[in-house]
Amino acid sequence: MAAALPLAVLLLLLLGPVGGGHAEPPRDTLREELVITPLPSGDVAATFQFRTRWDSDLQREEGERITLEKDNCHLLVSHYRLFPKALGQLISKYSLRELHLSFTQGFWRTRYWGPPFLQAPSGAELWVWFQDTVTDVDKSWKELSNVLSGIFCASLNFIDSTNTVTPTASFKPLGLANGTDHSFLRYAVLPREVVCTENLTPWKKLLPCSSKAGLSVLLKADRLFHTSYHSQAVHIRPVCRNTRCTSISWELRQTLSVVYDAFVTGQGKKDWSLFRMFSRTLTEPCPLASESRVYVDITSYHQDNETLEVSPPPTTTYQDVTLGTLKTYAVYDLLDTAVINNSRNLNLQLKWKSPPATGALNRGLVFAEAPPVPFLYAQRYVSGYGLHNGELNTLLYNTHPYRAFPVLVLDTVPWYLRLYVHTLTITAKGKENKPSYVHYQPAQDRLQPHLLEMLIQLPPNSATKVSIQFERALLKWTEYTPDPNHGFYVSPSVLSALVPSVVAAKPVDWEESPLFKSLYPVSDSSSYFVRLYTEPLLVNLPTPDFSMPYNVICLTCTVVAVCYGSFYNLLTRTFHIEEPSTGGLAKWLANLIRRARGVPPL
Amino acid sequence: MVAAFSFSKGLTTLSGLLLLSFGSLAASQIEVTVENFLRVLTGRIPPSTPRSKRLLSDDRSNILIYMTGHGGNGFLKFQDSEEITNIELADAFEQMWQKRRYNELLFIIDTCQGASMYERFYSPNIMALASSQVGEDSLSHQPDPAIGVHLMDRYTFYVLEFLEEINPASQTNMNDLFQVCPRSLCVSTPGHRTDLFQRDPKNVLITDFFGSVRKVEITTETISLQPDLEIMESRDKKDWMDEELMEPLQYAEQLPVAQIIHQKPKLKDWHPPGGFILGLWALIIMVFFKTYGIKHMKFIF
Repeated sequence: MAAALPLAVLLLLLLGPVGGGHAEPPRDTLREELVITPLPSGDVAATFQFRTRWDSDLQREEGERITLEKDNCHLLVSHYRLFPKALGQLISKYSLRELHLSFTQGFWRTRYWGPPFLQAPSGAELWVWFQDTVTDVDKSWKELSNVLSGIFCASLNFIDSTNTVTPTASFKPLGLANGTDHSFLRYAVLPREVVCTENLTPWKKLLPCSSKAGLSVLLKADRLFHTSYHSQAVHIRPVCRNTRCTSISWELRQTLSVVYDAFVTGQGKKDWSLFRMFSRTLTEPCPLASESRVYVDITSYHQDNETLEVSPPPTTTYQDVTLGTLKTYAVYDLLDTAVINNSRNLNLQLKWKSPPATGALNRGLVFAEAPPVPFLYAQRYVSGYGLHNGELNTLLYNTHPYRAFPVLVLDTVPWYLRLYVHTLTITAKGKENKPSYVHYQPAQDRLQPHLLEMLIQLPPNSATKVSIQFERALLKWTEYTPDPNHGFYVSPSVLSALVPSVVAAKPVDWEESPLFKSLYPVSDSSSYFVRLYTEPLLVNLPTPDFSMPYNVICLTCTVVAVCYGSFYNLLTRTFHIEEPSTGGLAKWLANLIRRARGVPPL
Repeated sequence: MVAAFSFSKGLTTLSGLLLLSFGSLAASQIEVTVENFLRVLTGRIPPSTPRSKRLLSDDRSNILIYMTGHGGNGFLKFQDSEEITNIELADAFEQMWQKRRYNELLFIIDTCQGASMYERFYSPNIMALASSQVGEDSLSHQPDPAIGVHLMDRYTFYVLEFLEEINPASQTNMNDLFQVCPRSLCVSTPGHRTDLFQRDPKNVLITDFFGSVRKVEITTETISLQPDLEIMESRDKKDWMDEELMEPLQYAEQLPVAQIIHQKPKLKDWHPPGGFILGLWALIIMVFFKTYGIKHMKFIF
């Protein structure tokens, strides 16, 4: 708060002496949201979203740089207020159209938790759309991953051609796009990457209020990493500036999703509170934010509203169709002075007034009905035995009773698992299910991975199995990591699907709408777009015995020394007869003493 | 584990505070190799390396290097698969000295037979401390009954205890650091080497290596920033003009099924044969007719 005052003064100074009362509208806005969703399995999911919108067209400003004089051109793109300078400079330097980077620890269990707002694969994922003006996309990609590894303190410099692919149908741009030439898209996943506090700290530094005020106060690393699922992401894309959509604004969206295991953190009770989850409470809104809200999903609570309460009671509720179903949210607006009143402390709590009916200890039976199964979920595993062959299987479940929908599956398999594409079989309900679109790019040893993209129509109420056999390769002994018996990771499959929604979404000005609706633009409201990831796989490769080079050297040297040495001696050793030496000086001295003693000489 | 801190004294700004525990420098364990460590020290890193992963030291920087792990007489193990020897380390420090990459260097090592690692140094301005002499083992401090693994080494534990009492204004000197962890506590005999250091250790403050103080001057005068009126007016005019000209933009469809299904693979276009092919065939035909005579031509054409 103290920092906001001189900032406001500075802003006034900037705006004040402009000639003729020319009111300059703010060029960037910040909106922050926190959504707390209780999941069907009893856990609690908290999703933060910080949207910074910058009404500036970086591309055009580059053109302007040519026309204006040299010393003026720096002023145009050098004033960063809410939008972080590190990312703004990245966009202009590497001519990015979109950037999506995420760090995840854990796995989102779609079967038990429901469809996610925004899922990310375990490890680090980076996908980027470059502008049409970029001539050497691979070089820009390599430099970009190095710069990002410096900004986020992560090992993104391990992204190279062996784990980068160019998808041909998945990962369409999420922002404004005129023409989608997939040669400007690059996608890479590092499933081995571990997320820790050192990745969270630079992520928090990009926020305008940076863990001092507003919702980011809750982002304390020691509680955030004590979760079943932790995912933090940065999304940059161009969006419409107004409803007519004639000019571009840049949107930076920073999201953080965590899932708390309620039984571990809540000591067996289903109560939760902000303090228990984050060990902090909300004290004040971020003065730089134009919106700062907390949404609590109370859809499933309406049925049993006698037994539990949300405190403090919400002043407003908000109903909307998210992820295909109608949900009710209790809204707490931090900018509303009634919410954070003289106590200056907001600790949202959920309490059970009376213990729920039978089976309270068994978390599956707490709800009256069984937890709803999502329409689409997937599973992936490796089968086979031994260290030579194996089979990769992906199971895709469509639980909708009568509607079929398409799923685009993207598989990236590292080069050391040699896929036999002729064994690719897709079966559903016992019959073969032919995909409508298949794209396969074979791997080259040590150069690029396998890329397999398929558009499969999932029949209603079925489980589709995609299986492909592979053979494991033997790597060169220097290519093994220091812990080769841990296994080698295979990146998760990406499933992009248009899942039918239960309730049709109303067309709203979705750029203004809260939550995650505005991230995936859909034109057809009868289905919603979701991107799911399967589990990453650990595959054991045949590893050599790393002590063998030392053993071989010892053994060979011993054998050579003994055999060759003795052979050489046998062939070249000659014997000479040697005269015994006469003794020399010592013998003469001894004889002198003996003569003195009177003893016969030697 | 390896950690390197670099501080600069005097007028230059902090040239690079870098925790090389393979914390901010190399975030994943795979990056911790002997080659990467020596590259960071000597500065021979690929040009695309970001600034936060470089040492960025100059001839006014004081560098602290702390190494711990398993080791032996003349080597230290990295990641259980490779070793760094004392000769390599000494040569790396000499390269740093030749390139003026440090002003003074403090090297602390906590391994078995740690003193062997500093025996080979030959560059000036290096002070070294080790937790044990050649032929002795460094022992670990206490096990954690929950995990079953030892958490810290004795020498590290006592050095940390000593350092926790140091604040940025402290006047403690190096001689006190040499006394940390005597044989009664550490079971091994810590050693040190100061012959390459030009100053007397009792005049060297601990905070020369372990702390850095930035000089901050607070001023009470206010500076008012005048916006450049011409730029703002021209910028707003351009916004207004272009709004009328551009047609509305659209978001891309996320899963355009029809478009994807009809995405045909790119067929290679047929190009007419180029000059080289034509010339080659003309040559072949000429040679043929010269050899066998022109009478064959009517059978070909």
